Amino acid sequence: MIGLAHYLMLAGLLFAIAVAGIFINRRNVILLLMCIELMLLAVNFNFVAFSRFLGNLDGQVFVFFILTVAAAEAAIGLAILVVLFRQRRSINVEELDAMKG
Amino acid sequence: MLVEILFWSFSAVLTGAALGVILARNPVHSVLFLVLCFFNAAVLWLLIEAEFLAIVLVLVYVGAVMVLFLFVVMMLDVNIEQLREGFARNAPLGAVIAAIMVVELWYVLWVRRLGIELPGATAPLPEGYSNTGEIGAVLYTEYVWPFQLAAFVLLIAIVAAIALTMRQRPGLKVQDVAKQVAVRPQDRVRIVNIPVEREP
Repeated sequence: MIGLAHYLMLAGLLFAIAVAGIFINRRNVILLLMCIELMLLAVNFNFVAFSRFLGNLDGQVFVFFILTVAAAEAAIGLAILVVLFRQRRSINVEELDAMKG
Repeated sequence: MLVEILFWSFSAVLTGAALGVILARNPVHSVLFLVLCFFNAAVLWLLIEAEFLAIVLVLVYVGAVMVLFLFVVMMLDVNIEQLREGFARNAPLGAVIAAIMVVELWYVLWVRRLGIELPGATAPLPEGYSNTGEIGAVLYTEYVWPFQLAAFVLLIAIVAAIALTMRQRPGLKVQDVAKQVAVRPQDRVRIVNIPVEREP
């Protein structure tokens, strides 16, 4: 029988893969954004699973809001990326040192 | 039994696709793997009867956000080889950190001494239960102000994305309709009074 633990373990695995992706592809801004999407998916998995297994619908409403904010984040992130590429002709994170940080 | 088979097969594909996202050589392939991830996640959400969110994930996320990603990835002429530098050097670190995180997260679920009792099965839903109807009933009453706020966030995102990417390129020969409509006769026509020459 598939229980809550199965869903939580799957979400944990997905989150860990996304974290590994951030470490592996740390030069490519597009892949960093995609890894963030993957993390949000893992978090949504937890919310949906808890909501269903505990019989409380608030978790699913929260997932709805997370999806909204994630869509806004992706739109603005990609817009910034396009502007960045127009300015620098590159999306390499290591070249973004104009502020000497 | 069927639910178990579906769960294990779709979660296997989901994990494989997630690995594909982070390991693919070409960013376009990464985006397509991410689309596969979202489809599998939608099926897994359908298995625990979250139908509304599953459909929203496919329609909104795959249909809008991932297409936007694909659009940007294909539009930018990125030098992939340069971005892949250091991939092999960073891979062991990423793998170790991921392994540590997986062990930590799964350990929380395995510890029985904490007395956490996780539900093993879903409670059966009543006859005629509609997931979408129930979410709507909560969303438009209890969560009406967060709902409005979410709409506002989306509006700001639209305005910000357009404002960031809009640009005026100098030197383009474009007609300015407002200027054309607002033109007055005295701007265009100059009446010159030339004195008539006397006949020879």
